[in-house]
Amino acid sequence: MLRCFSGLLLLGALGGLGGCATTGGNPDDPLESYNRAMFTFNDGVDKAIIKPIASGYKAVLPEFARTGVTNFFANLGDIWIGVNNVLQGKVGAGVSDFGRFAINTTVGILGLFDVASNAGLEKHNEDFGQTLGRWGVGSGAFVVLPVLGPSSVRDAISLFAADWHGDPLWYVGNIPARNELYGVRLVDNRANLLDLGQLAEDAALDYYSYVRGAYLQRRRSLIYDGDPPRESDPDRSSESGPGRKSAAQAEGEPAPARLTGASVQPVIAAADQELAPAQEFSGVRPQPAAAGQAAASVGPRSYQPMVPRNYAAVLAVSGETRTGFVRTGLRP
Amino acid sequence: MIKLFVAFCFSLFATAIGAQDVAPDALIRSISDDVIGIVKQDKDIKAGNRSKINDLVEAKVLPHFSFNHMTALAMGRNWPKANAEQQKALVAEFRALLVHTYSGALSTYKNEVIEFRPLRAAAGDPDVTVRTQVKRPGTEPIGIDYSMEKTPGGWKVYDVVVGGVSLVTNYRDSFNAEIRENGVDGLIKSLASKNRSLATQSGAKPK
Repeated sequence: MLRCFSGLLLLGALGGLGGCATTGGNPDDPLESYNRAMFTFNDGVDKAIIKPIASGYKAVLPEFARTGVTNFFANLGDIWIGVNNVLQGKVGAGVSDFGRFAINTTVGILGLFDVASNAGLEKHNEDFGQTLGRWGVGSGAFVVLPVLGPSSVRDAISLFAADWHGDPLWYVGNIPARNELYGVRLVDNRANLLDLGQLAEDAALDYYSYVRGAYLQRRRSLIYDGDPPRESDPDRSSESGPGRKSAAQAEGEPAPARLTGASVQPVIAAADQELAPAQEFSGVRPQPAAAGQAAASVGPRSYQPMVPRNYAAVLAVSGETRTGFVRTGLRP
Repeated sequence: MIKLFVAFCFSLFATAIGAQDVAPDALIRSISDDVIGIVKQDKDIKAGNRSKINDLVEAKVLPHFSFNHMTALAMGRNWPKANAEQQKALVAEFRALLVHTYSGALSTYKNEVIEFRPLRAAAGDPDVTVRTQVKRPGTEPIGIDYSMEKTPGGWKVYDVVVGGVSLVTNYRDSFNAEIRENGVDGLIKSLASKNRSLATQSGAKPK
């Protein structure tokens, strides 16, 4: 585990170095050759072991039982989701998550039934990587983790340094029992994704780059809770559709202000107004900036380094929050 | 005869006006209601009959999609590099691929509830995003957003964004790479072979 983590840090450092060298591919993916190899390896493990088990699991267990298993693990996850909502300043959402846990654990019989959703308390999707993103930390290079799959430098560090510790299963004292629970959760998750995985594989021209693009777009959307500001997209200006601006016009306009923390609302509001056509996603990394401050220095075609300039801050921040957990009393 | 022709012209005119009158969110809502109503009732579709799903999508959904615009968006800066003939071939192949994906997604439908979020657009804006949320028990709702443009034939969808992932621009990386290595014709070829393998795999006739 520790070795795994230090390996990851090394990867992060590599990503930092790789950022300077331009490869032919996606600027978000300086580690592409390693990533592709790991992706192929993961796909092999999935097809040989995980997917067959998940298919068997789906065939053997009736749907209501599988829903119960999914709900059980989802309920445990709600505590950590709530903590992250609070860390992001969304106290109301956090309280709702804790309420979900309280209701589902009691009325929902240890979380087997998601009564809270029916009562109007919506499930959220949060983790520490999103919290860091909300705080303005860029995602860094795209990284495919062994077995765990697509991630980024920021999200992987968050996963190992924070999310695993915020996961109640981590505190199951009996190690074989804990590992068994991890296994069941993994299989259950995979079983839920069987149809979707096949769909993506069918849709993709190049499965790896399809998954990479989907991961990066999805994470960005999650950080903004589904309402990411539009980014200007010079590629869109090549079209002749009505309502498009010319490329010249687009370049003269300041890009939408990026970011974060407590000041997200005005940015989202600003995104509703007429903006320059969205920029190709890979072009610009979200950078910490005061809301309302136009990122005019970011030219439409230029892009920021793959690893955020404040990369050291990523580590500092994740270390910082670990002590934060002690304060929140999550650690026994 | 002339009377008939005039009536015909008038009816064309009337449908064009009618199509324009439908607000973009109302249009998406009526398509969704229509399609889901059929999917819920049709036993063949529930059993996963792909060719029947394809027919449904072809009849009800595709007329409201602008595949030219979608293909241009996926191609990005490479779009003007393709000549008219190549563009036509690209649109046809990309259309087939998207239809396959859309039909596949439809066949996994299980009583999810679609909610419409209020349309935030200035009056007269020719480019709007209709935002919906799909609610599934036990998991967080997933957003499906439709980017739409106003055309003389009514509002047309040119991008579908599922959970923040654009089904169109997500192809850009692989399109770019393919064009860099094998040119526009190489991309057309690989799209065509992808479609062929999907068609044989699902047993549906190639479109």
